[in-house]
Amino acid sequence: MVLTVLVGYLGTTLWSIRVSLSSSRTFPQYDFVGLQQYERLFDNERWLMSLQNLAVYGVLFLLACMVIGFLLAVFIDQKVRGEGVLRTIFLYPYAMSFVATGLVWQWLLNPESGLQQAVRQVGFAEFAFDWIVDQDRVIYTIVIAAVWQGAGLVMALMLAGLRGIDDDIWKAARVDGIPPWRVYLSIVLPMMGPTVATVFILLFTGVVKVFDVVVSMTQGGPGTASDVPAKFIMDHLFGRANIAIASAGSIVLLLTVIALVVPFMVVRSRAGARRNDA
Amino acid sequence: MPRMGTHPSQQRADAGIAVAPRPMRRRARRIDVARVGIYAFLIAAALFFLTPLYIMVVTSLKSMDEIRQGFLFALPEHFTIEPWRAAWSEVCTGVSCDGIRTGFWNSVMIVVPSVIFPILIGAINGYALSFWRTRAADWLFAMLLLGAFIPAQVMIYPLVKVLAAASLFSSLPGIVVIHVIFSMPVMTLLFRNYYASLPQELFKAARIDGGGFWRIFLQLMLPMSTPIMIVGAIMQVTGVWNDYIFGLVFAGRENLPMTVQLNNVINTTTGERLYNVNMAATILTSLVPLLVYFVSGRWFVRGIAAGAVKG
Repeated sequence: MVLTVLVGYLGTTLWSIRVSLSSSRTFPQYDFVGLQQYERLFDNERWLMSLQNLAVYGVLFLLACMVIGFLLAVFIDQKVRGEGVLRTIFLYPYAMSFVATGLVWQWLLNPESGLQQAVRQVGFAEFAFDWIVDQDRVIYTIVIAAVWQGAGLVMALMLAGLRGIDDDIWKAARVDGIPPWRVYLSIVLPMMGPTVATVFILLFTGVVKVFDVVVSMTQGGPGTASDVPAKFIMDHLFGRANIAIASAGSIVLLLTVIALVVPFMVVRSRAGARRNDA
Repeated sequence: MPRMGTHPSQQRADAGIAVAPRPMRRRARRIDVARVGIYAFLIAAALFFLTPLYIMVVTSLKSMDEIRQGFLFALPEHFTIEPWRAAWSEVCTGVSCDGIRTGFWNSVMIVVPSVIFPILIGAINGYALSFWRTRAADWLFAMLLLGAFIPAQVMIYPLVKVLAAASLFSSLPGIVVIHVIFSMPVMTLLFRNYYASLPQELFKAARIDGGGFWRIFLQLMLPMSTPIMIVGAIMQVTGVWNDYIFGLVFAGRENLPMTVQLNNVINTTTGERLYNVNMAATILTSLVPLLVYFVSGRWFVRGIAAGAVKG
Protein backbone atom coordinates (compact mmCIF):
# COMPACT_ATOMS: atom_id res chain seq x y z
CA MET A 1 0.00 0.00 0.00
CA VAL A 2 2.71 2.41 0.97
CA LEU A 3 4.52 1.45 -2.17
CA THR A 4 1.66 2.32 -4.50
CA VAL A 5 1.43 5.72 -2.92
CA LEU A 6 5.11 6.26 -3.38
CA VAL A 7 4.61 5.52 -7.02
CA GLY A 8 1.71 7.93 -6.83
CA TYR A 9 3.68 10.69 -5.17
CA LEU A 10 7.09 10.14 -6.67
CA GLY A 11 5.96 9.00 -10.09
CA THR A 12 3.52 11.83 -10.63
CA THR A 13 6.06 14.40 -9.55
CA LEU A 14 8.66 13.04 -11.93
CA TRP A 15 6.04 12.98 -14.67
CA SER A 16 5.23 16.63 -14.06
CA ILE A 17 8.88 17.55 -14.21
CA ARG A 18 9.16 15.67 -17.50
CA VAL A 19 6.12 17.37 -19.00
CA SER A 20 7.42 20.77 -17.91
CA LEU A 21 10.48 20.19 -20.10
CA SER A 22 8.45 19.37 -23.19
CA SER A 23 6.40 21.33 -25.69
CA SER A 24 3.08 19.72 -24.74
CA ARG A 25 -0.15 21.61 -25.19
CA THR A 26 -3.42 19.67 -24.95
CA PHE A 27 -1.77 16.28 -24.90
CA PRO A 28 1.52 15.33 -23.34
CA GLN A 29 4.42 15.12 -25.73
CA TYR A 30 7.75 13.70 -24.86
CA ASP A 31 10.11 15.83 -26.82
CA PHE A 32 12.66 17.90 -25.01
CA VAL A 33 12.78 21.66 -25.17
CA GLY A 34 14.93 22.36 -22.15
CA LEU A 35 13.85 25.18 -19.92
CA GLN A 36 11.87 26.96 -22.62
CA GLN A 37 8.58 26.57 -20.76
CA TYR A 38 10.07 28.15 -17.67
CA GLU A 39 11.29 31.08 -19.73
CA ARG A 40 7.86 31.54 -21.21
CA LEU A 41 6.35 31.22 -17.77
CA PHE A 42 8.42 34.05 -16.41
CA ASP A 43 7.61 36.19 -19.43
CA ASN A 44 3.94 35.72 -18.67
CA GLU A 45 2.44 38.81 -17.05
CA ARG A 46 -0.32 36.84 -15.44
CA TRP A 47 2.08 34.40 -13.83
CA LEU A 48 4.22 37.23 -12.47
CA MET A 49 1.11 38.91 -11.15
CA SER A 50 0.02 35.73 -9.45
CA LEU A 51 3.45 35.21 -7.90
CA GLN A 52 3.41 38.75 -6.60
CA ASN A 53 -0.05 38.20 -5.15
CA LEU A 54 1.10 35.00 -3.53
CA ALA A 55 4.02 36.82 -1.93
CA VAL A 56 1.82 39.61 -0.59
CA TYR A 57 -0.83 37.18 0.55
CA GLY A 58 1.71 34.82 2.08
CA VAL A 59 3.59 37.42 4.09
CA LEU A 60 0.48 39.20 5.36
CA PHE A 61 -1.46 36.03 6.06
CA LEU A 62 1.38 34.36 7.92
CA LEU A 63 2.14 37.47 9.96
CA ALA A 64 -1.46 38.25 10.83
CA CYS A 65 -2.35 34.66 11.58
CA MET A 66 0.65 34.11 13.83
CA VAL A 67 0.30 37.40 15.70
CA ILE A 68 -3.47 37.20 16.17
CA GLY A 69 -3.34 33.52 16.99
CA PHE A 70 -0.59 34.01 19.54
CA LEU A 71 -2.31 36.99 21.16
CA LEU A 72 -5.57 35.08 21.40
CA ALA A 73 -3.79 32.15 22.99
CA VAL A 74 -1.99 34.40 25.50
CA PHE A 75 -5.16 36.24 26.46
CA ILE A 76 -7.18 33.07 26.75
CA ASP A 77 -4.46 31.66 28.96
CA GLN A 78 -5.10 34.35 31.61
CA LYS A 79 -7.60 32.13 33.39
CA VAL A 80 -10.52 33.96 31.86
CA ARG A 81 -14.11 33.06 32.35
CA GLY A 82 -15.85 31.27 29.53
CA GLU A 83 -12.63 29.93 28.08
CA GLY A 84 -14.42 27.03 26.45
CA VAL A 85 -16.95 29.28 24.74
CA LEU A 86 -14.26 31.65 23.49
CA ARG A 87 -12.15 28.81 22.15
CA THR A 88 -15.14 27.42 20.35
CA ILE A 89 -15.85 30.82 18.79
CA PHE A 90 -12.29 31.40 17.65
CA LEU A 91 -11.89 27.99 16.09
CA TYR A 92 -15.24 27.38 14.42
CA PRO A 93 -14.31 29.10 11.14
CA TYR A 94 -11.60 26.51 10.73
CA ALA A 95 -14.29 23.85 10.44
CA MET A 96 -15.76 25.72 7.49
CA SER A 97 -14.57 25.19 3.96
CA PHE A 98 -12.56 27.79 2.09
CA VAL A 99 -15.39 27.94 -0.41
CA ALA A 100 -17.92 28.90 2.25
CA THR A 101 -15.42 31.33 3.77
CA GLY A 102 -14.89 33.01 0.43
CA LEU A 103 -18.60 33.29 -0.25
CA VAL A 104 -19.42 34.81 3.14
CA TRP A 105 -16.73 37.43 2.83
CA GLN A 106 -17.70 38.15 -0.72
CA TRP A 107 -21.13 39.06 0.62
CA LEU A 108 -19.79 41.02 3.58
CA LEU A 109 -17.39 43.06 1.50
CA ASN A 110 -19.72 43.67 -1.40
CA PRO A 111 -19.77 47.49 -1.56
CA GLU A 112 -23.42 47.76 -2.55
CA SER A 113 -24.91 45.59 0.13
CA GLY A 114 -22.21 44.68 2.61
CA LEU A 115 -20.34 46.46 5.36
CA GLN A 116 -19.76 49.65 3.39
CA GLN A 117 -23.47 50.12 2.79
CA ALA A 118 -24.34 49.24 6.39
CA VAL A 119 -21.93 51.80 7.81
CA ARG A 120 -23.18 54.45 5.38
CA GLN A 121 -26.73 53.82 6.48
CA VAL A 122 -25.97 54.61 10.10
CA GLY A 123 -24.76 58.05 9.05
CA PHE A 124 -21.24 57.88 7.67
CA ALA A 125 -22.18 58.65 4.08
CA GLU A 126 -18.59 58.96 2.93
CA PHE A 127 -17.44 55.67 4.40
CA ALA A 128 -15.63 53.62 1.80
CA PHE A 129 -14.55 50.01 2.03
CA ASP A 130 -14.61 48.67 -1.49
CA TRP A 131 -11.32 46.82 -1.59
CA ILE A 132 -12.87 43.74 -3.11
CA VAL A 133 -13.54 45.58 -6.38
CA ASP A 134 -10.30 47.51 -6.24
CA GLN A 135 -7.56 45.99 -8.38
CA ASP A 136 -4.79 47.14 -6.07
CA ARG A 137 -6.43 46.10 -2.82
CA VAL A 138 -8.41 42.99 -3.61
CA ILE A 139 -5.64 40.70 -2.41
CA TYR A 140 -5.94 42.20 1.08
CA THR A 141 -9.58 41.15 1.29
CA ILE A 142 -8.51 37.59 0.62
CA VAL A 143 -6.01 37.90 3.44
CA ILE A 144 -8.80 39.06 5.78
CA ALA A 145 -10.99 36.09 4.89
CA ALA A 146 -8.16 33.59 5.20
CA VAL A 147 -7.04 34.99 8.55
CA TRP A 148 -10.61 34.76 9.80
CA GLN A 149 -10.61 31.12 8.81
CA GLY A 150 -7.15 30.16 10.04
CA ALA A 151 -6.30 32.26 13.11
CA GLY A 152 -8.24 29.91 15.39
CA LEU A 153 -6.01 27.05 14.38
CA VAL A 154 -2.92 29.00 15.40
CA MET A 155 -4.66 29.89 18.65
CA ALA A 156 -5.39 26.24 19.42
CA LEU A 157 -1.85 25.06 18.72
CA MET A 158 -0.22 27.99 20.52
CA LEU A 159 -2.46 27.48 23.52
CA ALA A 160 -1.37 23.86 23.71
CA GLY A 161 2.23 25.11 23.57
CA LEU A 162 1.65 27.68 26.32
CA ARG A 163 0.05 25.09 28.54
CA GLY A 164 3.11 22.91 28.10
CA ILE A 165 5.38 25.51 29.65
CA ASP A 166 6.55 24.86 33.17
CA ASP A 167 4.83 26.90 35.87
CA ASP A 168 8.15 27.31 37.64
CA ILE A 169 9.27 29.71 34.96
CA TRP A 170 6.40 32.00 35.82
CA LYS A 171 7.18 31.75 39.49
CA ALA A 172 10.84 32.52 38.90
CA ALA A 173 9.99 35.49 36.70
CA ARG A 174 7.63 36.83 39.32
CA VAL A 175 10.26 36.57 42.00
CA ASP A 176 12.66 38.50 39.79
CA GLY A 177 10.01 41.09 39.10
CA ILE A 178 10.07 40.75 35.35
CA PRO A 179 6.99 42.26 33.71
CA PRO A 180 4.79 39.57 32.15
CA TRP A 181 5.01 40.94 28.61
CA ARG A 182 8.79 40.59 28.80
CA VAL A 183 8.48 37.04 30.01
CA TYR A 184 6.27 36.23 27.05
CA LEU A 185 8.55 37.90 24.54
CA SER A 186 11.96 36.88 25.87
CA ILE A 187 11.34 33.55 27.57
CA VAL A 188 8.08 31.92 26.59
CA LEU A 189 8.18 32.63 22.87
CA PRO A 190 11.71 31.25 22.37
CA MET A 191 10.73 28.20 24.38
CA MET A 192 7.83 27.64 22.04
CA GLY A 193 10.16 27.58 19.05
CA PRO A 194 9.12 24.11 17.89
CA THR A 195 5.41 24.98 18.13
CA VAL A 196 5.94 28.20 16.22
CA ALA A 197 7.93 26.39 13.55
CA THR A 198 5.26 23.71 13.16
CA VAL A 199 2.49 26.28 12.88
CA PHE A 200 4.53 28.21 10.37
CA ILE A 201 5.12 25.19 8.15
CA LEU A 202 1.48 24.16 8.42
CA LEU A 203 0.30 27.61 7.36
CA PHE A 204 2.97 27.92 4.70
CA THR A 205 1.98 24.74 2.89
CA GLY A 206 -1.56 26.11 2.98
CA VAL A 207 -0.41 29.41 1.49
CA VAL A 208 1.19 27.79 -1.54
CA LYS A 209 -1.98 25.80 -2.22
CA VAL A 210 -4.34 28.75 -1.86
CA PHE A 211 -7.01 28.29 -4.49
CA ASP A 212 -10.54 27.64 -3.21
CA VAL A 213 -10.91 30.88 -1.33
CA VAL A 214 -9.79 32.96 -4.31
CA VAL A 215 -12.07 31.12 -6.70
CA SER A 216 -15.10 31.49 -4.49
CA MET A 217 -14.44 35.02 -3.34
CA THR A 218 -13.24 36.88 -6.41
CA GLN A 219 -12.68 34.30 -9.16
CA GLY A 220 -9.27 35.86 -9.48
CA GLY A 221 -10.78 39.21 -10.32
CA PRO A 222 -11.36 41.99 -10.86
CA GLY A 223 -9.64 41.04 -14.10
CA THR A 224 -6.73 38.97 -12.94
CA ALA A 225 -5.92 41.24 -10.00
CA SER A 226 -6.25 38.53 -7.36
CA ASP A 227 -4.87 35.66 -9.39
CA VAL A 228 -2.70 33.13 -7.54
CA PRO A 229 -0.30 30.51 -8.93
CA ALA A 230 -2.55 27.57 -8.08
CA LYS A 231 -5.35 29.13 -10.08
CA PHE A 232 -3.04 29.99 -12.95
CA ILE A 233 -1.94 26.36 -13.07
CA MET A 234 -5.49 24.99 -12.96
CA ASP A 235 -6.62 27.37 -15.70
CA HIS A 236 -3.75 26.36 -17.95
CA LEU A 237 -4.27 22.66 -17.26
CA PHE A 238 -7.97 22.54 -17.95
CA GLY A 239 -9.15 25.81 -19.45
CA ARG A 240 -6.33 26.79 -21.78
CA ALA A 241 -4.90 23.36 -22.51
CA ASN A 242 -1.30 24.25 -22.02
CA ILE A 243 -0.12 21.52 -19.72
CA ALA A 244 3.58 22.11 -20.21
CA ILE A 245 3.52 25.65 -18.89
CA ALA A 246 1.14 24.59 -16.10
CA SER A 247 3.52 21.82 -15.11
CA ALA A 248 6.40 24.26 -15.14
CA GLY A 249 4.38 26.48 -12.81
CA SER A 250 3.64 23.62 -10.47
CA ILE A 251 7.31 22.68 -10.30
CA VAL A 252 8.13 26.26 -9.38
CA LEU A 253 5.65 25.94 -6.51
CA LEU A 254 7.21 22.66 -5.48
CA LEU A 255 10.66 24.24 -5.41
CA THR A 256 9.33 27.06 -3.22
CA VAL A 257 7.98 24.55 -0.74
CA ILE A 258 11.17 22.50 -0.77
CA ALA A 259 13.27 25.60 -0.22
CA LEU A 260 11.40 26.23 3.01
CA VAL A 261 10.53 22.78 4.27
CA VAL A 262 13.87 21.05 3.81
CA PRO A 263 15.86 23.39 6.08
CA PHE A 264 13.09 23.01 8.61
CA MET A 265 13.29 19.23 8.43
CA VAL A 266 17.07 19.24 8.73
CA VAL A 267 17.02 21.47 11.80
CA ARG A 268 14.31 19.32 13.26
CA SER A 269 16.06 16.02 12.76
CA ARG A 270 19.30 17.49 14.12
CA ALA A 271 17.44 18.65 17.21
CA GLY A 272 15.86 15.23 17.45
CA ALA A 273 19.24 13.52 17.18
CA ARG A 274 20.63 15.75 19.89
CA ARG A 275 17.73 14.83 22.13
CA ASN A 276 18.38 11.15 21.50
CA ASP A 277 22.04 11.52 22.42
CA ALA A 278 21.26 13.16 25.71
CA MET B 1 0.16 42.83 28.15
CA PRO B 2 0.47 42.20 31.86
CA ARG B 3 -0.23 38.73 32.96
CA MET B 4 -2.21 39.13 36.12
CA GLY B 5 -3.98 35.84 36.24
CA THR B 6 -2.07 34.04 38.90
CA HIS B 7 -3.51 31.00 40.50
CA PRO B 8 -6.38 31.83 42.85
CA SER B 9 -4.60 29.86 45.54
CA GLN B 10 -1.45 31.93 45.06
CA GLN B 11 -3.40 35.15 45.25
CA ARG B 12 -4.87 34.02 48.50
CA ALA B 13 -1.45 33.16 49.81
CA ASP B 14 -0.12 36.60 48.80
CA ALA B 15 -3.02 38.25 50.53
CA GLY B 16 -2.30 36.30 53.67
CA ILE B 17 1.26 37.57 53.80
CA ALA B 18 0.31 41.19 53.19
CA VAL B 19 -0.16 42.96 56.49
CA ALA B 20 -1.21 46.43 55.45
CA PRO B 21 -4.56 46.52 53.67
CA ARG B 22 -3.71 49.42 51.34
CA PRO B 23 -1.24 47.84 48.93
CA MET B 24 -3.59 44.92 48.75
CA ARG B 25 -6.43 47.06 47.54
CA ARG B 26 -4.20 48.74 45.01
CA ARG B 27 -3.21 45.36 43.69
CA ALA B 28 -6.85 44.41 43.37
CA ARG B 29 -7.61 47.51 41.35
CA ARG B 30 -4.68 46.94 39.05
CA ILE B 31 -5.89 43.45 38.44
CA ASP B 32 -9.25 44.87 37.51
CA VAL B 33 -7.83 47.23 34.90
CA ALA B 34 -5.81 44.45 33.33
CA ARG B 35 -8.79 42.13 33.44
CA VAL B 36 -10.98 44.67 31.66
CA GLY B 37 -8.34 44.98 28.97
CA ILE B 38 -8.13 41.23 28.56
CA TYR B 39 -11.87 40.80 28.29
CA ALA B 40 -12.20 43.77 25.95
CA PHE B 41 -9.69 42.23 23.58
CA LEU B 42 -11.23 38.80 23.74
CA ILE B 43 -14.74 40.10 23.21
CA ALA B 44 -13.65 42.27 20.29
CA ALA B 45 -11.98 39.23 18.74
CA ALA B 46 -15.05 37.10 19.38
CA LEU B 47 -17.18 39.69 17.57
CA PHE B 48 -14.84 39.62 14.58
CA PHE B 49 -15.12 35.85 14.39
CA LEU B 50 -18.86 35.75 14.96
CA THR B 51 -19.95 38.56 12.63
CA PRO B 52 -19.83 36.54 9.41
CA LEU B 53 -21.88 33.75 10.98
CA TYR B 54 -24.43 36.24 12.28
CA ILE B 55 -24.68 37.96 8.90
CA MET B 56 -25.08 34.63 7.15
CA VAL B 57 -27.90 33.50 9.39
CA VAL B 58 -29.71 36.83 9.38
CA THR B 59 -29.42 37.25 5.62
CA SER B 60 -30.68 33.75 4.97
CA LEU B 61 -33.88 34.52 6.91
CA LYS B 62 -34.72 37.74 5.07
CA SER B 63 -36.72 38.28 1.92
CA MET B 64 -34.96 39.80 -1.10
CA ASP B 65 -37.03 43.00 -0.66
CA GLU B 66 -35.64 43.45 2.77
CA ILE B 67 -32.07 42.72 1.62
CA ARG B 68 -32.29 45.35 -1.09
CA GLN B 69 -32.97 47.99 1.54
CA GLY B 70 -29.56 47.29 3.04
CA PHE B 71 -29.20 47.27 6.83
CA LEU B 72 -26.89 44.31 6.80
CA PHE B 73 -26.91 43.89 10.56
CA ALA B 74 -30.65 44.25 11.16
CA LEU B 75 -32.67 41.28 12.23
CA PRO B 76 -35.21 40.18 9.65
CA GLU B 77 -38.53 42.00 9.94
CA HIS B 78 -40.44 39.07 8.60
CA PHE B 79 -38.80 35.77 9.24
CA THR B 80 -38.93 33.48 6.26
CA ILE B 81 -37.48 30.05 5.77
CA GLU B 82 -38.33 30.16 2.10
CA PRO B 83 -34.65 30.80 1.09
CA TRP B 84 -33.63 27.64 2.92
CA ARG B 85 -36.22 25.59 1.10
CA ALA B 86 -35.18 27.09 -2.23
CA ALA B 87 -31.50 26.49 -1.53
CA TRP B 88 -32.11 22.90 -0.61
CA SER B 89 -34.43 21.83 -3.41
CA GLU B 90 -34.86 24.50 -6.12
CA VAL B 91 -31.74 26.48 -6.78
CA CYS B 92 -29.91 25.93 -10.08
CA THR B 93 -26.47 24.34 -9.90
CA GLY B 94 -25.16 24.65 -13.39
CA VAL B 95 -27.10 22.04 -15.35
CA SER B 96 -30.11 21.14 -13.24
CA CYS B 97 -32.29 23.04 -10.80
CA ASP B 98 -32.85 20.59 -7.97
CA GLY B 99 -31.14 22.62 -5.29
CA ILE B 100 -27.95 21.67 -3.57
CA ARG B 101 -29.43 18.53 -2.07
CA THR B 102 -27.90 16.52 -4.93
CA GLY B 103 -24.55 17.93 -3.88
CA PHE B 104 -25.28 16.99 -0.31
CA TRP B 105 -25.91 13.37 -1.19
CA ASN B 106 -22.89 13.30 -3.51
CA SER B 107 -20.75 14.56 -0.69
CA VAL B 108 -22.14 11.89 1.63
CA MET B 109 -21.36 9.23 -0.97
CA ILE B 110 -17.81 10.55 -1.28
CA VAL B 111 -17.20 11.07 2.42
CA VAL B 112 -18.27 7.65 3.70
CA PRO B 113 -15.73 5.55 1.77
CA SER B 114 -13.17 8.35 2.06
CA VAL B 115 -13.36 7.97 5.81
CA ILE B 116 -13.38 4.18 6.01
CA PHE B 117 -10.56 3.35 3.58
CA PRO B 118 -7.98 5.94 4.66
CA ILE B 119 -8.48 4.99 8.31
CA LEU B 120 -8.10 1.28 7.60
CA ILE B 121 -5.05 1.82 5.44
CA GLY B 122 -3.59 4.30 7.91
CA ALA B 123 -4.09 1.77 10.72
CA ILE B 124 -2.39 -1.02 8.79
CA ASN B 125 0.50 1.25 7.79
CA GLY B 126 0.91 2.62 11.27
CA TYR B 127 0.79 -0.85 12.76
CA ALA B 128 3.34 -2.23 10.34
CA LEU B 129 5.64 0.75 10.92
CA SER B 130 5.47 0.56 14.70
CA PHE B 131 5.76 -3.14 15.29
CA TRP B 132 7.28 -4.79 12.24
CA ARG B 133 10.07 -2.32 11.88
CA THR B 134 12.32 -2.59 8.90
CA ARG B 135 14.78 -0.08 7.54
CA ALA B 136 13.06 0.02 4.18
CA ALA B 137 9.72 0.77 5.77
CA ASP B 138 11.18 3.67 7.72
CA TRP B 139 12.56 5.10 4.52
CA LEU B 140 9.23 4.74 2.80
CA PHE B 141 7.57 6.50 5.68
CA ALA B 142 10.01 9.40 5.53
CA MET B 143 9.32 9.78 1.83
CA LEU B 144 5.60 9.55 2.39
CA LEU B 145 5.81 12.44 4.84
CA LEU B 146 7.82 14.44 2.34
CA GLY B 147 5.12 13.65 -0.18
CA ALA B 148 2.63 15.41 2.07
CA PHE B 149 4.37 18.68 1.25
CA ILE B 150 4.12 18.36 -2.51
CA PRO B 151 1.59 20.91 -3.76
CA ALA B 152 -1.40 19.08 -5.20
CA GLN B 153 -1.05 20.98 -8.48
CA VAL B 154 2.11 19.05 -9.24
CA MET B 155 0.25 15.76 -9.07
CA ILE B 156 -3.13 16.63 -10.52
CA TYR B 157 -2.41 16.24 -14.20
CA PRO B 158 -0.49 12.95 -13.97
CA LEU B 159 -3.19 11.61 -11.67
CA VAL B 160 -5.87 12.55 -14.16
CA LYS B 161 -3.98 10.55 -16.77
CA VAL B 162 -3.46 7.57 -14.48
CA LEU B 163 -7.09 7.48 -13.41
CA ALA B 164 -8.24 7.87 -16.99
CA ALA B 165 -6.06 4.92 -17.97
CA ALA B 166 -7.69 2.89 -15.20
CA SER B 167 -11.09 4.26 -16.38
CA LEU B 168 -11.70 5.67 -12.94
CA PHE B 169 -11.57 9.33 -13.94
CA SER B 170 -14.78 11.29 -13.32
CA SER B 171 -16.28 8.62 -11.16
CA LEU B 172 -17.09 8.02 -7.53
CA PRO B 173 -14.36 5.40 -7.04
CA GLY B 174 -11.94 7.79 -8.73
CA ILE B 175 -12.49 10.64 -6.31
CA VAL B 176 -12.32 8.21 -3.39
CA VAL B 177 -8.95 6.92 -4.61
CA ILE B 178 -7.73 10.51 -4.75
CA HIS B 179 -8.80 11.18 -1.19
CA VAL B 180 -7.14 7.95 -0.07
CA ILE B 181 -3.87 9.00 -1.69
CA PHE B 182 -3.83 12.51 -0.33
CA SER B 183 -4.85 11.54 3.19
CA MET B 184 -2.39 8.69 3.53
CA PRO B 185 0.58 10.62 5.01
CA VAL B 186 -1.46 12.16 7.81
CA MET B 187 -3.45 9.01 8.56
CA THR B 188 -0.33 6.87 8.63
CA LEU B 189 1.40 9.33 10.91
CA LEU B 190 -1.62 9.48 13.19
CA PHE B 191 -1.75 5.72 13.69
CA ARG B 192 1.99 5.25 13.82
CA ASN B 193 2.32 7.74 16.67
CA TYR B 194 -0.60 6.14 18.46
CA TYR B 195 0.77 2.61 18.19
CA ALA B 196 4.24 3.81 19.12
CA SER B 197 2.80 4.97 22.44
CA LEU B 198 1.50 1.46 23.23
CA PRO B 199 3.81 -0.81 25.24
CA GLN B 200 5.95 -3.04 23.04
CA GLU B 201 5.53 -5.90 25.57
CA LEU B 202 1.93 -6.24 24.50
CA PHE B 203 3.03 -6.99 20.99
CA LYS B 204 5.83 -9.30 22.07
CA ALA B 205 3.47 -11.32 24.24
CA ALA B 206 1.11 -11.73 21.32
CA ARG B 207 4.02 -12.86 19.15
CA ILE B 208 5.04 -15.48 21.69
CA ASP B 209 1.48 -16.72 21.75
CA GLY B 210 1.83 -17.34 18.06
CA GLY B 211 -0.11 -14.43 16.61
CA GLY B 212 0.65 -13.55 13.00
CA PHE B 213 0.72 -10.14 11.32
CA TRP B 214 -3.01 -9.99 10.57
CA ARG B 215 -4.21 -11.82 13.63
CA ILE B 216 -2.44 -9.44 16.03
CA PHE B 217 -3.70 -6.51 14.02
CA LEU B 218 -7.33 -7.59 13.88
CA GLN B 219 -7.73 -9.07 17.33
CA LEU B 220 -5.40 -6.95 19.42
CA MET B 221 -4.57 -3.63 17.82
CA LEU B 222 -7.78 -2.69 16.06
CA PRO B 223 -9.97 -3.04 19.15
CA MET B 224 -7.56 -0.80 21.02
CA SER B 225 -7.61 1.89 18.35
CA THR B 226 -11.03 3.41 18.95
CA PRO B 227 -9.81 6.80 20.25
CA ILE B 228 -7.43 7.42 17.40
CA MET B 229 -10.01 6.19 14.92
CA ILE B 230 -12.42 8.83 16.17
CA VAL B 231 -9.75 11.49 15.72
CA GLY B 232 -9.02 10.19 12.22
CA ALA B 233 -12.70 10.10 11.32
CA ILE B 234 -13.19 13.70 12.45
CA MET B 235 -10.25 14.83 10.34
CA GLN B 236 -11.39 12.93 7.30
CA VAL B 237 -15.05 13.97 7.49
CA THR B 238 -14.24 17.67 7.76
CA GLY B 239 -11.32 17.50 5.33
CA VAL B 240 -13.10 15.60 2.60
CA TRP B 241 -16.37 17.46 3.04
CA ASN B 242 -14.60 20.79 2.71
CA ASP B 243 -12.49 19.73 -0.24
CA TYR B 244 -13.09 21.70 -3.41
CA ILE B 245 -10.26 21.24 -5.87
CA PHE B 246 -10.24 17.43 -5.97
CA GLY B 247 -14.00 17.23 -6.23
CA LEU B 248 -13.91 19.75 -9.05
CA VAL B 249 -11.30 17.85 -11.05
CA PHE B 250 -11.85 14.19 -10.30
CA ALA B 251 -15.47 13.59 -9.30
CA GLY B 252 -17.09 14.15 -12.65
CA ARG B 253 -20.37 15.95 -13.36
CA GLU B 254 -22.56 13.32 -11.79
CA ASN B 255 -20.76 13.29 -8.46
CA LEU B 256 -19.86 16.92 -7.85
CA PRO B 257 -19.60 17.44 -4.09
CA MET B 258 -21.55 20.08 -2.25
CA THR B 259 -18.74 22.64 -2.12
CA VAL B 260 -18.37 22.63 -5.90
CA GLN B 261 -22.10 22.92 -6.43
CA LEU B 262 -22.29 25.71 -3.90
CA ASN B 263 -19.67 27.67 -5.77
CA ASN B 264 -21.51 27.02 -9.03
CA VAL B 265 -24.76 28.25 -7.54
CA ILE B 266 -23.28 31.50 -6.36
CA ASN B 267 -20.65 32.38 -8.89
CA THR B 268 -22.30 31.36 -12.13
CA THR B 269 -25.85 32.63 -11.74
CA THR B 270 -27.07 35.10 -14.26
CA GLY B 271 -29.62 37.74 -13.44
CA GLU B 272 -30.29 38.96 -9.96
CA ARG B 273 -28.35 37.28 -7.22
CA LEU B 274 -30.55 35.84 -4.53
CA TYR B 275 -28.36 36.61 -1.56
CA ASN B 276 -30.72 35.07 0.95
CA VAL B 277 -30.77 31.76 -0.94
CA ASN B 278 -27.00 31.93 -1.38
CA MET B 279 -26.42 32.39 2.31
CA ALA B 280 -28.81 29.57 3.17
CA ALA B 281 -26.95 27.32 0.74
CA THR B 282 -23.62 28.33 2.27
CA ILE B 283 -24.84 27.48 5.76
CA LEU B 284 -26.28 24.18 4.56
CA THR B 285 -22.94 23.27 3.01
CA SER B 286 -21.07 24.14 6.20
CA LEU B 287 -23.52 22.35 8.45
CA VAL B 288 -21.90 18.93 8.47
CA PRO B 289 -18.36 20.02 9.43
CA LEU B 290 -19.73 22.57 11.89
CA LEU B 291 -21.86 19.90 13.51
CA VAL B 292 -18.85 17.60 13.71
CA TYR B 293 -16.90 20.45 15.26
CA PHE B 294 -19.46 21.40 17.88
CA VAL B 295 -20.22 17.82 18.85
CA SER B 296 -16.64 16.59 18.95
CA GLY B 297 -15.21 19.54 20.90
CA ARG B 298 -11.79 18.65 22.23
CA TRP B 299 -11.42 15.71 19.85
CA PHE B 300 -11.34 18.14 16.98
CA VAL B 301 -8.42 20.01 18.51
CA ARG B 302 -6.67 16.73 19.18
CA GLY B 303 -6.94 15.91 15.51
CA ILE B 304 -5.45 19.24 14.51
CA ALA B 305 -2.60 18.80 16.98
CA ALA B 306 -1.93 15.27 15.73
CA GLY B 307 -2.02 16.39 12.12
CA ALA B 308 0.26 19.30 12.90
CA VAL B 309 3.05 17.08 14.11
CA LYS B 310 3.79 16.11 10.55
CA GLY B 311 7.08 17.33 9.27
